[in-house]
Amino acid sequence: MAYQPPKQSLAGQVVDVIVLLVLTVGALYLPLYMGLAGAAKTPAPIENPTWEALGQNAAEQQQWAALGFPDAASANDIITARFDYTFSWTALIVMVVAVVGYFILVVRLSDKEYREVIDERFGKSGKG
Amino acid sequence: MSNASAVQAPERLGLLRVLGPGHVWALGVGIVLVGEYMGWNFSVGKGGMIAGLVACWVAGLLYTCVAMIDSEVTSTVAAAGGQYAQAKHIVGPLMAFNVGLFLVMAYTMLEAANAITIGFLLDTVAGMLGHTGLNQQPFIIMTILALAYLNYRGVLASLSFNLVITAFAFVAIIVLFLAVQFGASAVPLDFSAVTNEPLPYGWLGIIAALHFGLWYYLGIEGTCQAAEEVRSPARSLPFGTMAGIMTLVIAATLTWYVCSGLIPWEYLGSAGTPLFDAARVTGNSSLMVLLFIGTVFATTASANGCINDASRAWFSMGRDRYLPSWFGAVHPRYRTPYRSIVFLIPIALIFALGAPLDQVVTFSILSGLLGYTFMTFNMVMFRKKWPLDTIKRGYVHPWHPLPAVVLLVLCAATYFAVFLGYGTQLIAMLCFYIIASLWFHFWRYRFVKRGDQFTMPWPRPQGY
Repeated sequence: MAYQPPKQSLAGQVVDVIVLLVLTVGALYLPLYMGLAGAAKTPAPIENPTWEALGQNAAEQQQWAALGFPDAASANDIITARFDYTFSWTALIVMVVAVVGYFILVVRLSDKEYREVIDERFGKSGKG
Repeated sequence: MSNASAVQAPERLGLLRVLGPGHVWALGVGIVLVGEYMGWNFSVGKGGMIAGLVACWVAGLLYTCVAMIDSEVTSTVAAAGGQYAQAKHIVGPLMAFNVGLFLVMAYTMLEAANAITIGFLLDTVAGMLGHTGLNQQPFIIMTILALAYLNYRGVLASLSFNLVITAFAFVAIIVLFLAVQFGASAVPLDFSAVTNEPLPYGWLGIIAALHFGLWYYLGIEGTCQAAEEVRSPARSLPFGTMAGIMTLVIAATLTWYVCSGLIPWEYLGSAGTPLFDAARVTGNSSLMVLLFIGTVFATTASANGCINDASRAWFSMGRDRYLPSWFGAVHPRYRTPYRSIVFLIPIALIFALGAPLDQVVTFSILSGLLGYTFMTFNMVMFRKKWPLDTIKRGYVHPWHPLPAVVLLVLCAATYFAVFLGYGTQLIAMLCFYIIASLWFHFWRYRFVKRGDQFTMPWPRPQGY
């Protein structure tokens, strides 16, 4: 006998959409509000900057000027800014476990649902 | 033995089959070409000029694997929703629900990023013309509303529009390249940073750059969202998708060459509109106008394609009751998923008006990356459950399972690249998808008709 799903009320449908919306907006904004999202470059400006000291040749100096940076001091922060790629191995392991664990969870639960779908579509097989 | 023929799917109003390979190409490239106009250059910032180029080509290899796998599965599972429909038939309902969310999140965030960029560009140009302090918000809202209306009225008009503006944006990159090569720039090309400072972060920088290397091509898999509206899926989808990848690899390499030669890498690594900036450096006003229009067209085409793809995925989930069935309606006259199109407008606006661009872009990239990871085991399961001689495929990709293995390795490297700086966001997103999955499995799935989740005329999968 085919599974007959219950009829969902309009209010129930609205609640379901709201739940997803809250989860979605929360996933994007929570790290942002906690100040944990994104990577930032840290400038390390040098004192009394010159184009030569910043490693910029004649052609590059022309390019900076065309982009609105007339002297070395105005480009000092941009040229000296760098990312910091030091990381914790514990954090890396947490990420690996989270990614792998997520896919294992979804595939296993999906397989359980998939067997119901196949049994209803093609009839009971006696497997699984 | 299959008893598929005994099961009759109820008749329902379907989407119009009006699209050819040119539209598929325009849908794929239209969404993605904006990646050449903004965003890719952050890969140079994360690893330097050489790392940016390596990321461009490695990401090209990743997307070639995506295109090969997608062409086979989509040309066989020719239903609206693309990877969502694939997951439903091959892995199971919960995976399909997750893939549907990947698609909606990736495309809606990309749409929001495009609208933000249009506002930013107009503000920049207004400033160059002496009108400072332009309010960007009306332009952001108008862009999203106008494109949503176009999608509401019909897919043919919408994608024909994309075909024209995508072609223009692509030609603008070629013209800039040729103009610079033939001396139209007042400032010479300079690649001294390639030898003087080739890898400012060492080899780690090459991996880190892969994060934004994806932005060169992100969304090309959107071609298969239109599978139910393509006249000949077996021919049009592989042809349109592969042509799209080749177009993008060429455009990406030309873009890297021109921008790296005209813009110091330290500036390029954080520029908002790199191709427009390259045109500014040339000092040639005609090129500046051309690249301004190209940037507007590329972002518009991308946002247009994103609305098309996100609404198809949302529509498909509503039709299957993974979401309230109200979303599964087709417009009686225009034959478009109009309720899904309208519903996603405020979501795009919330992010376009209220979130920083880099957060929106990263959210889109991460959803895409999760989707590519799904494709690897989806392909292996597809061949295992239905070996080549059991069902008719529109296209069979060569060297299986090599593309799936290569794609998995590249996805793993990209997770590490995202981890370098954006690890918290990755974990937060995974928490979102885990909670949403538990919500679906233990609550929402009760409203889903089991047998209706398998609509392809295939025999019983092997092992089930």
